[in-house]
Amino acid sequence: MSATTARAATSVDVPMVLAEQVTKSFGSNQVLKGITLEVKRGEVMCLVGPSGSGKSTFLRCINHLEVLSAGRLSVDGELIGYRESNGKLYEMAPKEASKQRRDIGMVFQRFNLFPHMTALQNVMEAPLRVKGLPKAKVESTARDLLARVGLADRADYYPAHLSGGQQQRVAIARALAMEPKLMLFDEPTSALDPELVGEVLDVMKGLAKEGMTMIVVTHEMGFAREVADSLVFMDAGVVVESGLPSEVLANPRHARTQAFLSKVL
Amino acid sequence: MVFAVLLVAIFAFFVIDAAFRPAYDWPAVGKYLFDRRISMAALVTIELTVFSMVIAIILGVILAVMRLSPNPVVKAVAWFYLWIFRGTPVYVQLTIWGLISLIYTSIDIGLPFMTPWISFSTNAALNTFTLAVIGLALNEAAYMAEIVRAGLLSVDKGQEEASVALGMSWSQTMTRVILPQSMRVIIPPTGNEVISMLKTTSLVTAVPFSLELFTRSRDISAETFNPIPLLIVASIWYLFFTSILMVGQYFLEKRFSRGVGDRQTDKSDPAAPTTGAITGVVPVVGAGQPTVVLPPKTDAPGTTGDGGAR
Ligand SMILES: Nc1ncnc2c1ncn2[C@@H]1O[C@H](COP(=O)(O)OP(=O)(O)OP(=O)(O)O)[C@@H](O)[C@H]1O
Ligand SMILES: [Mg+2]
Repeated sequence: MSATTARAATSVDVPMVLAEQVTKSFGSNQVLKGITLEVKRGEVMCLVGPSGSGKSTFLRCINHLEVLSAGRLSVDGELIGYRESNGKLYEMAPKEASKQRRDIGMVFQRFNLFPHMTALQNVMEAPLRVKGLPKAKVESTARDLLARVGLADRADYYPAHLSGGQQQRVAIARALAMEPKLMLFDEPTSALDPELVGEVLDVMKGLAKEGMTMIVVTHEMGFAREVADSLVFMDAGVVVESGLPSEVLANPRHARTQAFLSKVL
Repeated sequence: MVFAVLLVAIFAFFVIDAAFRPAYDWPAVGKYLFDRRISMAALVTIELTVFSMVIAIILGVILAVMRLSPNPVVKAVAWFYLWIFRGTPVYVQLTIWGLISLIYTSIDIGLPFMTPWISFSTNAALNTFTLAVIGLALNEAAYMAEIVRAGLLSVDKGQEEASVALGMSWSQTMTRVILPQSMRVIIPPTGNEVISMLKTTSLVTAVPFSLELFTRSRDISAETFNPIPLLIVASIWYLFFTSILMVGQYFLEKRFSRGVGDRQTDKSDPAAPTTGAITGVVPVVGAGQPTVVLPPKTDAPGTTGDGGAR
């Protein structure tokens, strides 16, 4: 019932993702030092920054794969991983946390497809097991999704028999099968041979065009320029600079941004 | 080549010689091979093996998960268990189990240092068969724990992450994603453990439990003063069972090496369609052992795990 009240409070102006002073430490190593940012409904945000700056950690905080050390994070107006009562925060039971994760799709650098299942079974697994939907319905949706990422003819292939680009497209279809309202991409093309990058980016562009809200960690500045509504540059756990991709890329204001962009562009 | 011929010659000589050597007493072997007492004892040996292995696997999974727990106390308990049970001979352990009623004369259920609610005599509650199973199982669990642990650790961390990110619960992640993939690593050594257990049952005479194959053969030959043929009879039965197990193990290994494993990153070949050799879903085998897995850190008990296989 709390989910419905949260949804009722949701109006068009509630941002899809709202991070306020998000802090994360591993032991004494503070990896995120107060990230504050906002992603509006239907927006695509690209997150860039040098290795170790905390991009993956931030994405993992959004679907509560990591527990925040401080700050707050909400998706679609709903606080992630915590329940607020009388002004205090209580950590959610694992069951509630996984319920929230259903609405947030995640795509990994190394695909992480289930190797003992075919492409089709990979896509069907979560809707079947998590949502408990009828099998016939799940299968037809899954086939549609595979067709949408251009892999209708690869449904019965095992991941080991698919190229990296094909595997990543299956992984995107698998995430979409849960009908998420937000998609997180963690360097989705970094493990791919250069000639396979395009096919994955094309699928992502299609998603963006359809209005999916996305946060994409990437080094593909061309994609950022073309698709993203905002570009955020992170370094050492802080947001150094953010703005329209065209502006940040053309006129980076901070020295750190300039140094980073000169390396990747 | 010469060596091979020599080997064959020596072997042939040995067989022919054995066939006519009276001490082997082949007619007696034939007579006792299907003796009812022996075949009943063979059945008991199978029972000991099956019961002990089932308990050992369940306990082994629990211990393996405990060892992976982030909680240092839980980890230490598991480590201590393995230290004790792997560090002492199974024969000694079985002997101690046999003397358990001297150490603990009664089994009391209740609060410590209070009058127990229920109390019964250890001797009445635990017969020698039960003690033999307990002894074998607890010892074997220590070895199974290492096997299961290696299996769970062999699965890429990204698999758990992907599963959890899809909204799957910890128990679904275990039964649907992690355990099926770890089976490939767990099954072959477990097959070896079953074969080894079948032979280890011959040690339960230490309890003393005397109705399994080896001890029964010894007892019969003690009456007939003709030990050799009965040892041959026992060996034939052991060989028969281990041979069946080896064949079964061969097919299980073949089955579980499919689809799983050759994990590739980007440099894979887009061709190579699925062949007939790769079909279906890898089932979760065993007597429901995946469902007893306890969450190492997070999950609440009694979640939605459906036990795996369809
Ligand atoms: N589970 C963990 N335990 C301890 N330290 C961690 C953990 N995960 C990440 N870190 C540390 O946090 C820092 C940021 O890591 P993160 O993976 O978020 O960086 P990143 O920006 O994604 O880098 P990359 O571009 O290399 O993927 C690193 O220094 C890393 O060592
Ligand atoms: Mg990263």
